[in-house]
Amino acid sequence: MALSDDILVMRGITKRFGAVTALHDVTFAVRRGEIHAVCGENGAGKSTLMKVLSGVHPHGSYEGGIFFDGEECRFSSVRDSERRGVVIIHQELALCAQLSIAENLFLGNEQATRGFIDWNRTNHAAAELLARVGLRENPTTPIADLGVGKQQLVEIAKALSKEVSLLILDEPTAALNDDDSAHLLDLLRELRDQGITCVIISHKLNEVMDIADRITVIRDGRTVGTMDVADATEDRIISGMVGRDLEHRFPPRTPHIGDEVLRIEDWTVHSPVQPDRVVVSGASLTLRRGEIVGLAGLMGAGRTELAMSVFGRSYGVRISGRIVKDGREIVLKTVRDAIRHGIAYVSEDRKRYGLNLIEDIKRNISAAALPRLASRGWVREGEEFAVAEKYRRSLGIKAPDVLTPTSALSGGNQQKVVLAKWMQTDPDVLILDEPTRGVDVGAKYEIYTIVNELAERGKAVLVISSELPELLGLCDRVYALSAGRVTGEVSREEATQERLMQHMTKGMNR
Amino acid sequence: MSVKTAAPAPAQAPAAPRRFRFNLRQSGIYVAFALIVVLFTVITDGALLEPQNISNIIVQNSYILILAVGMILVIIAGHIDLSAGSVVAVTGALCAVLTVQSGLPWFVAVLITLAAGALIGAWQGYWVAYFGIPAFIVTLAGMLVFRALTLSVLGNQGIGPFPQEIRTLSNGFVSGYFGNVGLGPLGGADLLSLLVGLGVVAGVVVTQWKARAGRIGYGQAVDPMWVFVLKVAGAGLVVMAVVVQLARFRNLPWVLVLLAVLVLGYSLVANRTVFGRRIYAVGGNLQAATLSGVNVKSVTFWIFVNMGVLGALAGVVFAGRLNQAGPTAGFNFELDAIAAAFIGGAAVQGGVGKVVGAITGGLIMAVINNGMSLIGAQSEKVMLVKGLVLLAAVAYDVWTKRRSR
Repeated sequence: MALSDDILVMRGITKRFGAVTALHDVTFAVRRGEIHAVCGENGAGKSTLMKVLSGVHPHGSYEGGIFFDGEECRFSSVRDSERRGVVIIHQELALCAQLSIAENLFLGNEQATRGFIDWNRTNHAAAELLARVGLRENPTTPIADLGVGKQQLVEIAKALSKEVSLLILDEPTAALNDDDSAHLLDLLRELRDQGITCVIISHKLNEVMDIADRITVIRDGRTVGTMDVADATEDRIISGMVGRDLEHRFPPRTPHIGDEVLRIEDWTVHSPVQPDRVVVSGASLTLRRGEIVGLAGLMGAGRTELAMSVFGRSYGVRISGRIVKDGREIVLKTVRDAIRHGIAYVSEDRKRYGLNLIEDIKRNISAAALPRLASRGWVREGEEFAVAEKYRRSLGIKAPDVLTPTSALSGGNQQKVVLAKWMQTDPDVLILDEPTRGVDVGAKYEIYTIVNELAERGKAVLVISSELPELLGLCDRVYALSAGRVTGEVSREEATQERLMQHMTKGMNR
Repeated sequence: MSVKTAAPAPAQAPAAPRRFRFNLRQSGIYVAFALIVVLFTVITDGALLEPQNISNIIVQNSYILILAVGMILVIIAGHIDLSAGSVVAVTGALCAVLTVQSGLPWFVAVLITLAAGALIGAWQGYWVAYFGIPAFIVTLAGMLVFRALTLSVLGNQGIGPFPQEIRTLSNGFVSGYFGNVGLGPLGGADLLSLLVGLGVVAGVVVTQWKARAGRIGYGQAVDPMWVFVLKVAGAGLVVMAVVVQLARFRNLPWVLVLLAVLVLGYSLVANRTVFGRRIYAVGGNLQAATLSGVNVKSVTFWIFVNMGVLGALAGVVFAGRLNQAGPTAGFNFELDAIAAAFIGGAAVQGGVGKVVGAITGGLIMAVINNGMSLIGAQSEKVMLVKGLVLLAAVAYDVWTKRRSR
């Protein structure tokens, strides 16, 4: 292809975070006036690549070169890249909810004369931009009064105000309903026809097939390849996204599966931010003693929301459905109820939701089971020590003693502390949300071993993970979740990454 | 990848005695206190440590220290209480009305006053915990409301005098039941006070020894023996020195006995009870505490109830000391109590702090106050120094935290 056709070429991009290489010699080219989709699993490096491009990761923090309109660019900040007409719209919208549409559109680019804002000019220019994106709203309306779909359009209008020539959208339809998604995709086509090049990151393969001209697949921080949409099929994209083999990364295990211990029926949860939006829709699952069950789903599929809403309604509003434990229906209104009924939830974000980083290992391990370690409200400190020490040894928490603050531990050891905290509550059911996120390979193996031992002791374990190989290597059964619905249940024997990915992308945007 | 790392970590040998590291971040406050005491002893030619002066420092600051005990718990939980001074005023006024005007027996009046303090705390705790209004706003409102209540109860004048028993609690001394003993060149001293002092020291030694033995029993690292002996002996020496000086003057002030009970009791509650642990958990990471089954709302509510009770206690002690409940009582007490907590090592974000630390912080300010007034410094200078000390203490804390990252 002729170089002049390419508005953007990223060549040999390598980006490291400490010892982790997030991008590995990635090459990525976008033609002028096309819509170019980037696909890949969670953590494949899509967002990192876009952050390199837009100057979030400044020049010098990565290797390789960025050529825009044939010129090498060295963006040191987002402002730099925006000046060249490269604008990125992140998944989390960057709007000030209390300010008006017009104020948001010109935030940092205020329409002022001698330091005083010219409100007439501001609102007039804002109205023109809104017309371009087809949003019929008064420019003085506060952002908080708009739905997410309309907010997304305001973001695009804001990009247009910066004279954008390359627009990057990170998962733009993840939080939108079908109508809003369709409207947004139509708008992108219009913008393309006006000569604006778009890069769109999306998990929704049918959407990608629908709108993109070309598709680049990224896996494990490397480019797998770029194809024209005419040559692409969903299957081809999926095999590109997941195509890696399972190594011997999982400890051996012989499952001993017993009776059903927990059944969730017709579970429906609404978003607390937008009570009209269904986040989990009629989901049903069963867990049995001694069984490790996986829960697969792409970002935004509702995995964490499902788990947390079951765990004492820690997430969501207008929750409906039944939870049956050991054959009896139970109602879990609070986390205490859930703990009392033998359910434990290990969060995906251990620093925010799992640990008190100020405190030591001992006090973190005893935190959830403290009443059991106390008589009449007084903590039995000797026993507390003994319990913490037991876990430090049996789980191999690498710390000089249990009085070490948890902030001083590595990710893997922090995760073991959180696991110990929940093991101490003696649960029948453990829900592990991304148990190996941010954990190095050696510690991953140790955590898998712990999970296996828990199952061996007759616990039911539900593992939520974005890493399909992890689910395949660990679980006896895997449920796939897509757009809040359980779209498939695959046994260990039948499970392949392709098959799971098909279930995980089923029914999206339809 | 390598599977070698998979083998479970071998059971480690019993932990070796911890190498002694002087933890300046935790001990800094005590070192600072010692330095300030030495400094003012030198400046005042030893007047600071005269028996009567030590007694004065304790009696004159007792109500701030009582408030500091409640305040540190509020701050550990990540909140603040700006209403403490007004609560002191309104409860003092209530106690005066009950004793002076209604003629109730003193202990009935005190109990009702404490109950009223609990009610005030419950009121504020409700808005903070269950309604979700930041404590800063709720207690700012309380500061105005309770001051207004005080004024409407008292009008523009004070009510007094208080019954003898309440005045004794604030100003009086444990009477010398066993007579005096001679202490050689130091002259006569009250035997009972000395015995109480020895008892306290013995108690400290025994509990510390037990704690140490317990830790060794569970294979935990402990300080080497010489550090342990040094620490315990140092603490014992300071306690005995203060007690001897007090015994040479007029025995132990009742309010010191009260304070000692509060400090001991609340230290135990903070460290050894489920409730105390949950205060730290809530302040350290609210979301993690919620997801660990802590009833965050109830913990917050009860912390404010407790603060209200201690505010009422301080109100009684302060009114008894002045022998009058006045409309301006307790002005700026909340600021002193908050400053004491932060000088004593509490973190602005919550989750960190000790009862003993808050008391030490309060004593640092008390010694500065007292020492500077002994050398005749004007009150604006005292205020200036106290302000800078507060800033320096928190700056030091932030600095050590940043350095440890």
